[in-house]
Amino acid sequence: MNTIGFDVAHLLSGSLVLVSFILLYQDRVFALLHMFTFHALVLSFSVAWQAFVQDAPHLYITAAIALIFKALLIPIVLRRIVVQLRIHQVLETVGGIGPTMLAGMALVALSLVVTLRTTHAGDRLSREDLAFALAVILLGMLMIVTRRNAISQIIGFMSLENGLILAAAGAKGMPLVVEISVAFAVLIAFIVIGIFLFRIRERFDTVDTLVVERFRGERR
Amino acid sequence: MTLITALGCSAALLLISIASVLLRRFSGRNALVYAATLAVSLLSLACGIEALLVSPAGSPTLSLPLGVPWLHTHFRLDALSSLFLAIISWGGVSSSLFALGYGRHESSPERILPFFPLFLAGMIWVVLADDAYVFLFGWEIMSLASWALVVSHHREEENIRAGHLYLTMAAIGAFTLLLAFGLLASAGGGYLFSSIRASALSPRLAGAVLLLTTIGAGSKAGLFPLHAWLPLAHPAAPSHVSALMSGVMTKVAIYGFIRIVFDLLGPPSWEGSLPLLLLGGVTAVLGVLYALMQHDLKRLLAYHTVENIGIIFIGLGLALAFSANRIPWAAALSLTAALFHTINHSLFKGLLFLGSGSVLEATGEREMDKLGGLIHRMPGTTVAFLLGSVAISGLPPLNGFASEWLTFQAILVSPNLPQWALKFLIVAVGALLALSAALAAACFVKAFGVSFLGRPRTSAAAEARETDPWSLSALFANAFFCLLAGLFPGQVVNALGPVVQELAGQALPRQSLPFWEPMIPIAQNRSSYDAFLLFVLIAFAGLMIAGLVRGIGFRPIRRSPAWDCGYPDPSPATQYTSPSLAQPIRRVYASSLFGAREAVESSPPGDPRPARISVKMRDPAWEGLYLPIARIVSFLADRLNPMQFLTIRRYLLLVFLLLVFLLLLLSLWI
Repeated sequence: MNTIGFDVAHLLSGSLVLVSFILLYQDRVFALLHMFTFHALVLSFSVAWQAFVQDAPHLYITAAIALIFKALLIPIVLRRIVVQLRIHQVLETVGGIGPTMLAGMALVALSLVVTLRTTHAGDRLSREDLAFALAVILLGMLMIVTRRNAISQIIGFMSLENGLILAAAGAKGMPLVVEISVAFAVLIAFIVIGIFLFRIRERFDTVDTLVVERFRGERR
Repeated sequence: MTLITALGCSAALLLISIASVLLRRFSGRNALVYAATLAVSLLSLACGIEALLVSPAGSPTLSLPLGVPWLHTHFRLDALSSLFLAIISWGGVSSSLFALGYGRHESSPERILPFFPLFLAGMIWVVLADDAYVFLFGWEIMSLASWALVVSHHREEENIRAGHLYLTMAAIGAFTLLLAFGLLASAGGGYLFSSIRASALSPRLAGAVLLLTTIGAGSKAGLFPLHAWLPLAHPAAPSHVSALMSGVMTKVAIYGFIRIVFDLLGPPSWEGSLPLLLLGGVTAVLGVLYALMQHDLKRLLAYHTVENIGIIFIGLGLALAFSANRIPWAAALSLTAALFHTINHSLFKGLLFLGSGSVLEATGEREMDKLGGLIHRMPGTTVAFLLGSVAISGLPPLNGFASEWLTFQAILVSPNLPQWALKFLIVAVGALLALSAALAAACFVKAFGVSFLGRPRTSAAAEARETDPWSLSALFANAFFCLLAGLFPGQVVNALGPVVQELAGQALPRQSLPFWEPMIPIAQNRSSYDAFLLFVLIAFAGLMIAGLVRGIGFRPIRRSPAWDCGYPDPSPATQYTSPSLAQPIRRVYASSLFGAREAVESSPPGDPRPARISVKMRDPAWEGLYLPIARIVSFLADRLNPMQFLTIRRYLLLVFLLLVFLLLLLSLWI
């Protein structure tokens, strides 16, 4: 492994974690969408670099899928949904930005500790990659549980899935079939969630899930 | 060849089971199914006996491309398997013979016919298995088929409750066995028995496997305090199935225990024998005490199964203690005793349950206090039931005595053990065993006396008819083998030789073949038991006494009222009942163990109502183990109830927190 290859891979996956952090405190829909586009872009660069370093051409396909679906298609569609639903208002985060960022840092530290301690056998690149991927996944989950708006929950979910792809790209020998099927699963989940969004909106005039919960009688 | 035939038999049983569903409209299918099961069981009995007696050296193996893809299923027929194959097949033969007559009166045969052959097939798979998959598959088929048979009369509330409890216990047992096999496979990296056998576990893991196996196999066999389902489930099934469950299925559990602990687990440690001996002794005494307190004939028999399982486990515990201390001849003695008792119990318990089935069919009653005087109405059943009672009470010259005597011989050589804990414990267990043998005799005096002697207590008992020839022939076949094994115990010990050789590394000295020679387990000058001589003596003395009484006493036979103490009373209710016969024993033992309290309610003067005596008892197993667990579970369930009504985001939060927690644990652990 040459040093420059490792350094660039490190830089790219580190940036992915950084962008996850940026996602975490965005409180406007469009800004969130733009950041997510950037997230997907960084991911596709990272995967493409992995393809170059590992000399694994099939990873280029993964990178292309990430670029086309995640960085182009999904943001465009989401943007249209937002416009159609007329929800450009300020989002609210549950628990405030400060505590969320602190929790996010703790999660990154945790994922680094866990991965570096458990994977002595792997080489340096895939260990670092796995650590960053785990951090991205945990940050995505954190985003899902701290947000109440359905759009930002979707984006949290998508960023979580980006972390999965990063992990898959870092692990050598992951068959392409798995990546493609994961990508399709995410696409289908996206469609389903999109339909649900419209249904929620139609019925409740908002995409704030709090209202849905109230309707189910779960919040009293 | 024998293995293939035996497997063919199990496949044939499966086909019979399917055919019984397809032939739903055919009126003669009852007889057809039982006759076919009988024929197949006879064939597999021949296989078992052939493998055990004629060609004991080879243990053929076979792997078939069935089941999970790429994993073949493996079968093997060694001496231990062939012994238990023979036991299962004999159970199949006698209960299908019985059912040829008994099954005709079944109200809903479609609930029994498909499961009866399937039950047998499952048990055959368990003993033929050579890998953990087949073993557990057969085990589960056995459990599920027998569960279906337990709840076959599903209109009765009690049967449903018994079935529910049985299913729960069977699930727990199968789960612990699954864990035990997982641990066993962890060392060698395979679920094949041969690879498990080749690998060795660390002592701590071996202890865990022993514990799990004791729970798993013990709950199926009915070891205290895991027996709770057994006295409910065994009587709930139709009688020929009760005979199979009590006489054979508990033996399959014993087989599972022997297979894992003595064959797969490797060299044992002596500490492992302590809980076995203790549990065996406690099970034996408590089982028979429970039985004494019963007034339902089938439930009494079911509790007696618990007692006999205790006796078998005492033998197994002794064998474990001796082989851990490298005293192979004593281990062989204890193992022979345990296996001999296993055979015997399957014979006489089958006989007794079938006998109770005949009584049930003739009178419609299981309550002993509504029977009585059946000796006049059903002489054949009575003779067979008496023979079974004598055998289970451990009286010479029947087979129960021979195996219990061998167990005592093994207990008497326990001073050879170096550990003081074992020396003391085994003496105490010996005392418990002696107590349980005496109480068993008392119990069967009660069961036989109240049901068959005296005067009939109800019109149903007074109008009972002798059962049909099929059922009688099944009863007498079992009784004949009880007598045969009792008269020639040496031959049975010889037949068990290869099995014991395989498990303990040494067999008992070969018993000399002429039948009048005594059985000598250790050495001539130490102890010997000459069953045949004893039989001749008993027969001679009995005939002489009978002749003397006939000669000296009143010549003409007089019929006089029984048990009336010289006061002829028109009401048969004045006879001894089953609780009154057990009252002295209940007062001595049960007042502390079961918390038995008697209360007399006499009505005030002038009130014509009769006075009543009532007994209240508590079940230590229920109160000590099951109810606390149930309370804990219901407490936790109450606490966790709000968890059902969280929002999706909270569920996600919970998942997230759990993931973080696990990651934290992982990072701290490593």
